[in-house]
Amino acid sequence: MFAIYMRELKSYFLTPIGYTFCGMFLVVSGFVFAQSTLMAQSTSSIGEYFRWMMCIFAILLPLLTMKLFSEERKSRTEQILLTSPVSITGIVFGKYLAALTVFAATFVANSFNFVLLFKYGTPNASSILMNILGIFLLGAAFLAIGLLLSSITENQLIAAISAMVVNAAMLLVSLIAGNVESTFWRTVLKWFSVMDRFVPFTNQMLDVSAIIYYISLAAVALFLTTRVIEKRRWS
Amino acid sequence: MIEIKDLRKSYGNKHAVNGISFEVKEGEILGFLGPNGAGKSTTLNMITGYLSADSGSAKIDGTDILVDPIKAKKDIGFLPEIPPLYTEMTVLEYLNFVYDLKGCRLPRKQHLKEICEVVKIWDVGNRLIKNLSKGYRQRVGIAQALIGNPKVLIFDEPTIGLDPRQIIEIRNLIKMLGREHTIILSTHILPEVQAVCDRIVVINKGEIVANEKTEDLINAVDGSRKLVAKIVGPEDEVLKALRSLGGVKTADSLGKRDTDSISYMIESQDRVDIRKPLFSLLAGKGWPLIGLEGMELNLEDIFMRLVGKEGKEKDGKKARKGVK
Repeated sequence: MFAIYMRELKSYFLTPIGYTFCGMFLVVSGFVFAQSTLMAQSTSSIGEYFRWMMCIFAILLPLLTMKLFSEERKSRTEQILLTSPVSITGIVFGKYLAALTVFAATFVANSFNFVLLFKYGTPNASSILMNILGIFLLGAAFLAIGLLLSSITENQLIAAISAMVVNAAMLLVSLIAGNVESTFWRTVLKWFSVMDRFVPFTNQMLDVSAIIYYISLAAVALFLTTRVIEKRRWS
Repeated sequence: MIEIKDLRKSYGNKHAVNGISFEVKEGEILGFLGPNGAGKSTTLNMITGYLSADSGSAKIDGTDILVDPIKAKKDIGFLPEIPPLYTEMTVLEYLNFVYDLKGCRLPRKQHLKEICEVVKIWDVGNRLIKNLSKGYRQRVGIAQALIGNPKVLIFDEPTIGLDPRQIIEIRNLIKMLGREHTIILSTHILPEVQAVCDRIVVINKGEIVANEKTEDLINAVDGSRKLVAKIVGPEDEVLKALRSLGGVKTADSLGKRDTDSISYMIESQDRVDIRKPLFSLLAGKGWPLIGLEGMELNLEDIFMRLVGKEGKEKDGKKARKGVK
């Protein structure tokens, strides 16, 4: 598993994907941050920044996961992974953790933005921390979804676009859920709404169920990924 | 060392592999032969655990690949049809990755250096795989299979797309590896198995049609031999004499291929060696024989005969099909 993790991590920076992701993340995030806080001359609008970041994650994070399995399948390099003494779970986790590491590293670098806030004002530190925690978990879940979609197709582009669509749908589903009559369907739709679960974080509440929700979302996606790969061996 | 029992795999309605059983003993080099689409790769993919079989079992050194895949896979070095190379890495980066992936415990630097020297890629160690030629890529693929010194090596068409010199190099390499490893070599090139393998398994349409010692198989199907003889002498008379020689089935002129001799294609009857009588005949007549070569039997020939025999067997004895 560690070998796969290290290889993927290196591969991000042997190909332009790692640089593209880090660059776009920092530039877009910096711009939105400047617009929503520094230019607005207010730290209370920080919530807006985090809402923007969700949308940006939905589009940017698939860049990290799109090639993880699709490319292996296309170039047939998955054969060496699947015929080596490594479990499929190990393969999936190795790849996921590599994507998560690049995401987390960029995320940490991005946090420098918040330091600036403290220089020019007195923002609510606990609110910012809770938001950071929430949005990081959301990103981790998006990565797992991206990995799942990458395992389904041989085409990177399809993997990326379908992941963007699914992520966007999960962000927007709360809007639809509000207009659904049936209680059953409303509950089901709400379950998929990553937005609804984010509310406690913005309210500075450490909601364990929300944390578990995001983690289990990622876990389910990763589990399904192992199933997709396992199933392909049988068909 | 390798034990395969009644392996089956279907894709939808198509039976890609339909009940294949054979064994490979320790230290043996087995040629796995069959035309394209016969199910060779599918079988190898099942043995190595890349695909799962619908039924049947494949055991490596007593370990079933489906029951304890991790243990079984440790004993296998596999070169798939398309070498699984990460082209954005350098050769050494890639081999180091495979070393870690396989959880190899041999001394890293020394082990990798040894392998690189065996397959002659040490000089390209720091080049990106995407910039390497096909021959070098194939060798990196073989190097990858050798990491960890596995007991079993499985090569799926290792010489495809290489130039003749490289083919000979790779064959010699496989022969050398055969001293310490048990090898399955899949190919559709007959001279390759003749040169390298101890035993041959031939499959067609997912079923085994022959499983024999290489020599036995070649002799058995090579009963009637085709020879090309270069003879200096009057064409009509030579032909006449050839046709009247005992044991000759057909003799035809292939025309003048160099300045003074004429080439003839001579086909002998089954299991008759006509080379000695041919020489005596020509010597007696005073026609110099300046060249004589056997036509190399190719897989198609062997194959047609095996399949032909299969057809006959169905009415009568069942001699060729099945396991030895």
